[in-house]
Amino acid sequence: MSATAAHDHHDDHHHGPQPGLMRWIVTTNHKDLGAMYLIFALTMFFVGGTMALIIRAELFEPGLQFVDPQFFNSMTTMHALVMVFGAVMPAFVGFANYMVPMMVGAPDMAMPRMNNWSFWLTVMAFIMLLSTLFMDGGAPAAGWTMYAPLVLQGGDSFPFMVFSVHLMGIASIMGAINIIATILNLRAPGMTLMKMPLFVWTWLITAYLLIAVLPVLAGAVTMLLTDKFFGTSFFSAAGGGDPVLYQHIFWFFGHPEVYIMILPAFGIVSTIIPVFARKPLFGYASMVYATASIAFLSFIVWAHHMFTVGMPLAGELFFMFCTMLIAVPTGVKIFNWIATMWQGAMTFETPMLFSIAFVILFTVGGLSGVMMAMTPVDFQYHDTYFIVAHFHYVLVPGAVFSLLAGAYYWLPKWTGVMYSEFWGKTHFWMSVIFVNLTFFPMHFVGLAGMPRRYADYNIAFADFNAVASIGAFGFGIAQLIFVFFVLIPSIRRKGEKATAEVWDNPEGLEWTVASPAPYHTFTVPPEVK
Amino acid sequence: MSENTQNDWQEYYVAESAGVVHWGTAGLFLLLVSFALLLNGSSWAPYGMVAGTVLTIYMMFRWFADQIRESHQGLLSAQVDRTYRWGMGWFIFSEIMFFAAFFGALWYARVLVMPWLAGEGAEASTHEFLYSAYEQAWPTNGPGNWGGDFALMSWAGLPLINTLLLVTSGITMEIAHHGLKHGKRGQLNLFLVLTVLLGVIFLGCQALEYVHAYQDMNLTLESGIYGSTFFMLTGFHGMHVLVGTIMIAVIMFRCFKGHFDEKNHFAFESAAWYWHFVDVVWFGLFIFVYIL
Repeated sequence: MSATAAHDHHDDHHHGPQPGLMRWIVTTNHKDLGAMYLIFALTMFFVGGTMALIIRAELFEPGLQFVDPQFFNSMTTMHALVMVFGAVMPAFVGFANYMVPMMVGAPDMAMPRMNNWSFWLTVMAFIMLLSTLFMDGGAPAAGWTMYAPLVLQGGDSFPFMVFSVHLMGIASIMGAINIIATILNLRAPGMTLMKMPLFVWTWLITAYLLIAVLPVLAGAVTMLLTDKFFGTSFFSAAGGGDPVLYQHIFWFFGHPEVYIMILPAFGIVSTIIPVFARKPLFGYASMVYATASIAFLSFIVWAHHMFTVGMPLAGELFFMFCTMLIAVPTGVKIFNWIATMWQGAMTFETPMLFSIAFVILFTVGGLSGVMMAMTPVDFQYHDTYFIVAHFHYVLVPGAVFSLLAGAYYWLPKWTGVMYSEFWGKTHFWMSVIFVNLTFFPMHFVGLAGMPRRYADYNIAFADFNAVASIGAFGFGIAQLIFVFFVLIPSIRRKGEKATAEVWDNPEGLEWTVASPAPYHTFTVPPEVK
Repeated sequence: MSENTQNDWQEYYVAESAGVVHWGTAGLFLLLVSFALLLNGSSWAPYGMVAGTVLTIYMMFRWFADQIRESHQGLLSAQVDRTYRWGMGWFIFSEIMFFAAFFGALWYARVLVMPWLAGEGAEASTHEFLYSAYEQAWPTNGPGNWGGDFALMSWAGLPLINTLLLVTSGITMEIAHHGLKHGKRGQLNLFLVLTVLLGVIFLGCQALEYVHAYQDMNLTLESGIYGSTFFMLTGFHGMHVLVGTIMIAVIMFRCFKGHFDEKNHFAFESAAWYWHFVDVVWFGLFIFVYIL
């Protein structure tokens, strides 16, 4: 069989990593690159988090305290750009790099050199973007959506922002193509599509979203660039264009982008819950179909971000109904996760705690999403803190919690040692308390009419804002616990030695190899029954 | 879909080092930073752009040389070949989506915005309060008459010639491919030369058309939404024709050196795929930009 037949092919091919720092620059190894993506994402998470804390410090009480409004606007803009493109997306790409080849039984990613290039271009893009903080006129301040015509009034930072978006777009497209080729072409014999782990499925669909919409974003920012510097009039009514055109193009990218940040999260949670409920995942096939349905629907709902901008009535209705349809496949997923836990022999290790919190709190964000999908009521919610509460519920206790769950789940596989359950649980409980303290009050101030993206606010909103700020700083401190008491000890191999299986009977090829996984996992593809 | 049969299993080639890509990391970074500085008024930025471009091209040269060497050493299995097919196919798909953004802008401006500005439909108040004198007629440079009066680019002259050139070049490419598949190297080389020539002539015609538009018709990038969409769509298409021509030229020189055989020539095929993609985009342009 495969193992014997191919043995003599590769005996002379077991090279380890290159010595020294060059290893990290020239590596083609998916685990090296996955780890680098994850560390880069964590760094950006703290950079973006610091910006969030500047925002929350300023909003702790009404009036202007610490920063001037222009800088405040830069912070809201940069916080979003850094968190979306620098933290959440690269973190999921990191998981994909590290885990997908191991999960499908591949020797590495399909295009290893390009994989390296994707990573380093992402780093370069963020050097460009963050350098704008030190430029004349400050960092971009027109919001992460970069709406014309406001964004065209930016200072020196404007072309840097546009080109950094181009660069991260190129990197993400190459990364997505790499993931597609890996999944479709490098699966071990016997691993049919419907036997793939759900994390692989969700990433396959996510990769398709990426290659479909990132070129559109590149087109949108290219039009911004030519409108500002080369005299075109895509977004100027006087020249026959339309500022709303920008919003349409941007959100044609932007809405699938939202699912790019949550579908892999679904995959991680669907992997973890069955292990700790000690039951197979309920409705595997329906999970796959639901993910694909969500991905399809994501292309025909974009204008629900623009209900108040002025659209024909038919458009308002079409986008309202399509948006509400998304609740159906998402509901299937929530139902399946709960059904998986139903009557399971559950234990509550840290990955499971984060996953359960994900299911509950993501649902909170999902339900507020259905509220604002209704066009008439969205006229009330639009551009208020209710929106801020909604998307932070799906992104922080949604995407970020799933990332943390995945990190705790696979950390022993990566490092070979168990993390401290005590610090893990401390991290979890602090996170879950403070995240709600931060974002739940935003529902109230939003419904009461507090607009987003202002450095100052009406005194009527003072109490809830103070609570939210306290929550934000608490949440920040909780993440430091993760770094200092979980991550660093694990990287320094301090802790109980992990077995190959780590957990109680987990499913997946990654648990068939030693912990830590060898530098090259499957030079010879394993046989999947 | 994975059709790995065990008896012809060959180890999947994983390069040891990705050092070569960093000429391109540095090159692209330098190119884009310099371009941004140029737009902000820096005088030395063009040198940086040139250096960045040179570095990026150098990377491509080195990287492709590595790949050709690996191919000749027999390191690339049938499975690697399938990876390249998936990769090239979805890369072309991403390019189609890039063009879709600009076609979408054209469609939106023409079908929705122009009537609104002229007083129809949901957004009629813009007309009433800002541009009450504006009447719709395509091509338009908007109620502000941006860039001044201009003439419409007719489809019957150079654009029609260009269409014929690209269609012919698609056919010559396929004849060359046919020659390669049946071992007729003379046919292969001849028709590759023809394809490259047709690509170059197309670019020449496109340049003539631009000169004509700027000098005789006052149709410029600044001629409102018509000028914007016209030049951005044809311009990006022209850039893709340039890239495709370079790709085919490289393939041509490789064929002269005796590279490729009847079965193993995906580099050739990927250049052909790309060329047909460029062809199809041109049809879209010819219909939606020139004729309609």
